[in-house]
Amino acid sequence: MDELLRDFLTETGESLDRVDAELVRFEQEPNNGQILSNIFRLVHTIKGTCGFLALSRLERLTHAAETLMGRFRDGMPVTADAVTLILSTLDRVKSILDGIETLEHEPEGDDSDLIGRLGAMARGEQVPREQMPPPAAAPSPGGKDLNSPAADAAEKRAEAPEKAASEAADKLANHSIRVSVDTLDYLMTTVSELVLTRNQLLEIVRRHEDSDFKVPLQRLSNVTAELQEGVMKTRMQPIGNAWQKLPRIVRDLSAELGKSIELEMHGAETELDRQVLELVKDPLTHLVRNCADHGIERPAERVAAGKPQHGTIRLTACHQGGHIIIEIADDGRGLDTARIKAKALDLGLATEADLAAKSAAEICNFIFAPGFSTASEVTSISGRGVGMDVVRSNIEQIGGTVDLKSASGKGAAFTIKIPLTLAIVSALIVEAGGERFAIPQLSVLELVRAGGGEHRIERIKDTPVLRLRNTLLPLLYLKEILRLGDGGSDDGFVVVTQVGNQIFGIVVDGVFHTEEIVIKPMSSKLRHIPVFSGTTILGDGSVIMILDPNGVAQSLGRAAQAQAEANTRREDEDTASEDTVSLLVFRAGSQRPKAVPLSLVTRLEEIDCQRIEISDGRCLVQYREQLMPLLRVDDETGLKKEGSQPILVFSDRGRSMGLAVDEIIDIVEDKLDIEVAGHRPGVLGYAVVKGNTTEIIDVGHFLPQAFADWFRRRDSAAGRRAHTVLLVDDSAFFRDMLAPLIKAAGYHVVTVGSAAGALEALQSGTQFDLVVTDIEMPDMDGFALAEAMRGMPKVSDLPIIALSAMVSSETIERGRAVGFHDFVAKFDRAGLIAAIKEQSADVNEAA
Amino acid sequence: MNDNAKLSEYVTFTTAGQLFGLPIGRVQDVFKPSRITRVPLAGPEIAGVLNLRGRIVTAIRLSNRLDLESTDGDNPQKNPPMAIGIECGAESFGLLVDVVGEVLKLPEAELEANPINLDRKLARVSDGVFRLDGQLLVVLDVDRVLDFGAEAVAA
Repeated sequence: MDELLRDFLTETGESLDRVDAELVRFEQEPNNGQILSNIFRLVHTIKGTCGFLALSRLERLTHAAETLMGRFRDGMPVTADAVTLILSTLDRVKSILDGIETLEHEPEGDDSDLIGRLGAMARGEQVPREQMPPPAAAPSPGGKDLNSPAADAAEKRAEAPEKAASEAADKLANHSIRVSVDTLDYLMTTVSELVLTRNQLLEIVRRHEDSDFKVPLQRLSNVTAELQEGVMKTRMQPIGNAWQKLPRIVRDLSAELGKSIELEMHGAETELDRQVLELVKDPLTHLVRNCADHGIERPAERVAAGKPQHGTIRLTACHQGGHIIIEIADDGRGLDTARIKAKALDLGLATEADLAAKSAAEICNFIFAPGFSTASEVTSISGRGVGMDVVRSNIEQIGGTVDLKSASGKGAAFTIKIPLTLAIVSALIVEAGGERFAIPQLSVLELVRAGGGEHRIERIKDTPVLRLRNTLLPLLYLKEILRLGDGGSDDGFVVVTQVGNQIFGIVVDGVFHTEEIVIKPMSSKLRHIPVFSGTTILGDGSVIMILDPNGVAQSLGRAAQAQAEANTRREDEDTASEDTVSLLVFRAGSQRPKAVPLSLVTRLEEIDCQRIEISDGRCLVQYREQLMPLLRVDDETGLKKEGSQPILVFSDRGRSMGLAVDEIIDIVEDKLDIEVAGHRPGVLGYAVVKGNTTEIIDVGHFLPQAFADWFRRRDSAAGRRAHTVLLVDDSAFFRDMLAPLIKAAGYHVVTVGSAAGALEALQSGTQFDLVVTDIEMPDMDGFALAEAMRGMPKVSDLPIIALSAMVSSETIERGRAVGFHDFVAKFDRAGLIAAIKEQSADVNEAA
Repeated sequence: MNDNAKLSEYVTFTTAGQLFGLPIGRVQDVFKPSRITRVPLAGPEIAGVLNLRGRIVTAIRLSNRLDLESTDGDNPQKNPPMAIGIECGAESFGLLVDVVGEVLKLPEAELEANPINLDRKLARVSDGVFRLDGQLLVVLDVDRVLDFGAEAVAA
C-alpha cells in the first residue's frame, strides 16, 4: 500500500477512536463547543488530506459535514437530529476508510443521501424526520462497529469487502504501533548506558582471570549487543521515507514550469538513523527542487539539444562503509558557470581575476555561498537565495559532505555522504601527553608505526612529514595541538586521517584499541574548542574527549594560513575540490622546481634585458604602455644581463606585475595538494608534482610588494589622502592577518586590541574614515563599541564594518540597530576589502 | 516574597578561605570528585570532565573562576577535594571547592546588597552577603557563575 495512504489511515483511525469517546458526550451535550470543535477539526483534517490523496468520495462527504459543523460553530443550535446526522456521517466515513484499507482505493458508493441532508440542514431547511436514518447507537470504543444501524443501503452494497476490511484493520493495527520518538530516544540513551556498564564489567573481569562471572557476563554481553542492535533498528528508517513527497513535488513542478520531468528513485530501502534522516530531508528536497527548476530544460530546448524530451532526475542511495551515499543527478543543462561568475562578481565573492583563475568545478562551488542564487527572478520554487548554503551547512552539521559535479549540457550531480548514525560510533583510543583521546574510526585511513625502519618522520625545516608510499604526508603532533608538551620525539604512531580530500597524519604516543563509543554532547563550556566534538565514557568508567578530525585539520590549515597571510588570492577553504589543476613549473634561484597554478598566470613573456629599467633599486619594465614592476622570486634569482629574461605576468584588477624566473620547465596537470606549509615568505608550501617535491609559490606575497608602491603613486597623483581604517580585534592573529590585507588595498591601518583602545584612538585626534571591528571581544564587544561611538561627537557618523565568526540573522538585526553598516565573515577577506571600498566611497561622496 | 520571617536554606562551602552559600534548591548533590579528565585547550577555570554515575560532569575550579587566591599557596592547577553538583540547562556541573559546610537557614530579609567596592568579578556572580557571626557569607548566583561562555570564547 502507498506509504502516504497507510499513514493517512493510521492517523485518521486514531483520531476517529479519540473522537468516538467524545461522540457519546456530544449526544448528551450537543452544544458543548469544545467537543464540537474537536469533531470539526477531525473532519476538516480528513477533508484536507482526502483532496491531496484524491479520495473524492470522502472529500465530498466530509466537505458537506464540515459546512454544517461550521454553521454550528457559528452559533446555529445543535438539535438532536443534527447529532444523529453527524454521527451517521462519521460512521460512513469509517466504513469508507475500512474499505480503503482492503481495496487500497475508495470503495464504490453513493453518499448523496447524507450529503443532501447535511446540505439541507446547513441551509437551515427542515429535514423531514422520516428521512432520517435510525439514530446511531453509541459507537463501540474500537470504532469498528460496521454493523451499526447507520450502515444504510449504500454501505450494504459494499458489505462484502467491509467484512474482510474489519479483519484486515485488526491485522494492521496489531502489526505496528506508534511509539513517540522521545520514547525511542530514551531507549537509546538507556541502552547506551547499558553498553557502557557492560564494557566496565568486561574490563573488571579481564583483570580477574578465573572469575565465576565470566560466563554469565559473556551472555550478558551478547544480549546487550543484540539489544543495542535492536534499539538501533527501531531508529532506522528507509530513506524512502524522506523521498515520499518528492514524486508529488516533481509532478507539480513540471506542471508549473511546463517541463516534462521523470523522477527515478533507486535504493529507497536503504536504512539510516531517523535523526540523520530528519536532518537530511530538507536538503534533499531542496536539491531535487533545484534540479527541476534550474537543471532540467524545457522540452523544446531539450529536443533542440538532441536529448529526449523529458528530463530525468535520478535519486540513488546506497551504503558504503559506515556511510550512506545519496546522489541526486539530473540530465539537464548543467550549471551555468557564466552566470555563476557574474553573480559571484555581483555579490563581491570574488574579483574578475579570481574567477579567471578558477576551474569550472571551483566556480560551481560558489553556489554554496550564503545568499547565492542565479535565478534571475524569484519563483515559488527556488531563487530566494536561501538554500544551497543551508543545504551544505545542514549536511556538514551531521558530519557529512556534499560534492558537486557538473558537465555543461549533460547535467549536474550532487553527492551527499553522511554517517549512518550519530549516536554510537567506533573509535580508536589513542594516547598523547599522558591523556587518552578517541578518534572516530570513520576518518581513520590507516595506522603507521613511525620511528626507525621504513617509516621515519622527516622534517623540512621544522615541519614534520612522513613519506608514505608515494605521497608526502603532513604530520601534526597531537601533543602540540593540545598544548600538552612538545612533539619532539620521532617515534610513535601516525594515525593517517582523512577529512574531505585532505589527508594528514596525527602523531600520537600510543594506540590502545578500538571501542564502540557513545557520543555524549560536549559541555557548553567546552564547545568553543574546535578540536573536540564530544565526550564519551570508556569501558573503565573514565571520561575522555572525542577528537574532531575536522577541527584538527583546521589547525593544519592555520599553520599554512599564517604563512600566507598577505595572500589575497588563495581560497583557503577550497580543499574540497578533487580536480587536478594545471601547474606552471619553473626554476628560479635554487635547483628545486617551483610551481604556480597556471590559472593565476596571465601571460608568459620573454623580455629583452635591455628593456629592464632599474629605478630606485626597483626593476621596472615597460609593458603594454605601463611601467610594470618586476620582482624576483628570491634573492638568489639574478636578472639576466643580456638576452631575454623569461617572466611570468600576473594581473590583478587591471594591474600587472612580472615575476622574473630562470627557466620555464613545463606545464603539468596534477592534483595540487599542498602537503607541507612553507616557512619562507613567498612560498605557500610544498607539493608532490609529477613525483618531484615542488615549492608552490605564493603569488599573493608578491602582489602587495608591487602594488603598495603603485597605490601610493596613484593616490598622490590624485592628491587625495589615503583613507585611514581603525581595525579593532582582540585577537592578535586576526589583527596581523587583516592589517596587511587592508594596507595592500591602499588604506592606512591603525590596529587596537580592544573596544576601549578603539574609543581612545578615536578621541586621540587622528582622523579615521572607517572602523572595522570584531564583534566577539571580552569586556566590551562590537555592539557596545558601536553604541558608544554613536554617543560621541565627530565619530558618530563613521561607517562601521563588523567582523564576525558567526553571522546569524539575529546578529545582523542587532547590528543594524546599533548602527553597523556592514557585516563580513572573519575569513572572507575579499568581502572585507569590498565592504571597506564601498563604505569609504560613501565617505568620499559625503565629503 | 517580602515576608520578613521567610527563611532560605543555603548550602555553605569554603573555597580559598572565603565562605560561600548556594540556594539549596540548585544543589543536586555533593560528591568527592575522582578521576577528573583534563581537557586540553580549555580555560583555567575548567578542571576537566568526570563521570558521575553515568553522567558527564564538567568540573569547574571555583577559585579560578572567581579569581580567588589559593590560600595554601599550592599549585593553582591542583584540584580541590570536594565538589558541589549543579544542573544548569540539561547539563551537569561540579563546582570544586575546599570544604563543604553545613546547610544554613537564613532569613531572606537579612541578605544585604553587595558592598560597592566588592571585586567586580565576584560582584557579578554574587546575589548579596549575609553577616554571620565571625564571618561573611557570599551568596552565589549559580547561573551567573556558570555563564562564562562568552568570556571563554573570546579568550
